[in-house]
Amino acid sequence: MERNQMQMHRQIATIRKSLFDQGYLDEQFVQLEELQDNSNPNFVEEVVTLFYRDSARFLYNLDQALEKRPLDFSRLDSLMHQFKGSSSSIGAKKVKIECTHFRDYCNARNTEGCKRTFQHVKKEYTTLKKKLEAYFQMSRQAGPIETACRPR
Amino acid sequence: RCCPLSLSFSSYISSTQFIHSSSSSSSSSTTPFISITPMETINLCCDHITSPISKELHVLAVDDSNIDRKVIERLLKVSSFKVTVVDSGSRALQYLGLEEDNNSSQFDDLKVNLIMTDYSMPGMTGFELLKKIKNSSTLKEIPVVIMSSENILTRIDSCLEEGAEDYLLKPVKLSDVRRLKDSILKSEGAEIRRIQSHKRKRNNDRLPSSVACHDLSVPPPSPQQPTPKLARL
Repeated sequence: MERNQMQMHRQIATIRKSLFDQGYLDEQFVQLEELQDNSNPNFVEEVVTLFYRDSARFLYNLDQALEKRPLDFSRLDSLMHQFKGSSSSIGAKKVKIECTHFRDYCNARNTEGCKRTFQHVKKEYTTLKKKLEAYFQMSRQAGPIETACRPR
Repeated sequence: RCCPLSLSFSSYISSTQFIHSSSSSSSSSTTPFISITPMETINLCCDHITSPISKELHVLAVDDSNIDRKVIERLLKVSSFKVTVVDSGSRALQYLGLEEDNNSSQFDDLKVNLIMTDYSMPGMTGFELLKKIKNSSTLKEIPVVIMSSENILTRIDSCLEEGAEDYLLKPVKLSDVRRLKDSILKSEGAEIRRIQSHKRKRNNDRLPSSVACHDLSVPPPSPQQPTPKLARL
């Protein structure tokens, strides 16, 4: 039982490391982890869950706004600015980068550019969400690290 | 916990090894004594004077983003601040206005020591909130910090010109909050020392006789004593 748990924790650590190495997450995610403790044991996951909720709303509004003709670039930029802010707050590095590309096309009033980069934003967001959901699910299954390390 | 006042007490106490000894001793010489360290003696008397200092600094945080509100609240709590979070400039002014109405020494608990506000908010921006606060005779002394994801020099300049204490780039980090706390404590410390000297004059005769430090009025024993006397509570 104990050995199994230790293996799981090692796996989780590897997954976590790859999220950083592959550029999905940045330093801000570590900052969130530092704010987690025994009094707030699920802080990171709570923040990330808030992020999913907010993101669903932003992405829906952006989708709607991109259907309009002509495009309201100012509104698109404002929406994306907020979504970018949320992404930045959880350390979603790749998502943040795609948001910046979108805003560049917004500023250039480039309709095709906006539509294309929006697809990239959605793709990065979906990928990150899947990876984080798997990561947190695994962490929950493995239980707290103290249990695994308790000596017999 | 030490206050500026207790530091001067402690250096006096430790140099003299003065300990209170009970006058009504009905025990044999083998009765166990509880030793009081000089610091404990100080805390007993300091509690009467230093309560404003042991209270946490109170921050009002303003941000329209749920995520940022949650994170800033946690950052501040971890740094031992008391936190109130609101989602708009108008709600912030409402809160500060309520606090104004209750403005007396009884409501020290609610007193806001620092306001941290996001810059880009719908309705009233953080900049507009800053201006309103700095133009208010009752609120202008409260330090205001702006938080923004955008590193725009002209924006930073205008915020500082309007009287912002600092401009923090988002996402805000623990190190930012720690730095802020140090600078707020410095200015609060100066204010509290002023209040302390005022209160000390008032409290001098009000300390109960059972409290050890009341005996400070008695000349301390000579510092050459081989072993300190132990006190019995």
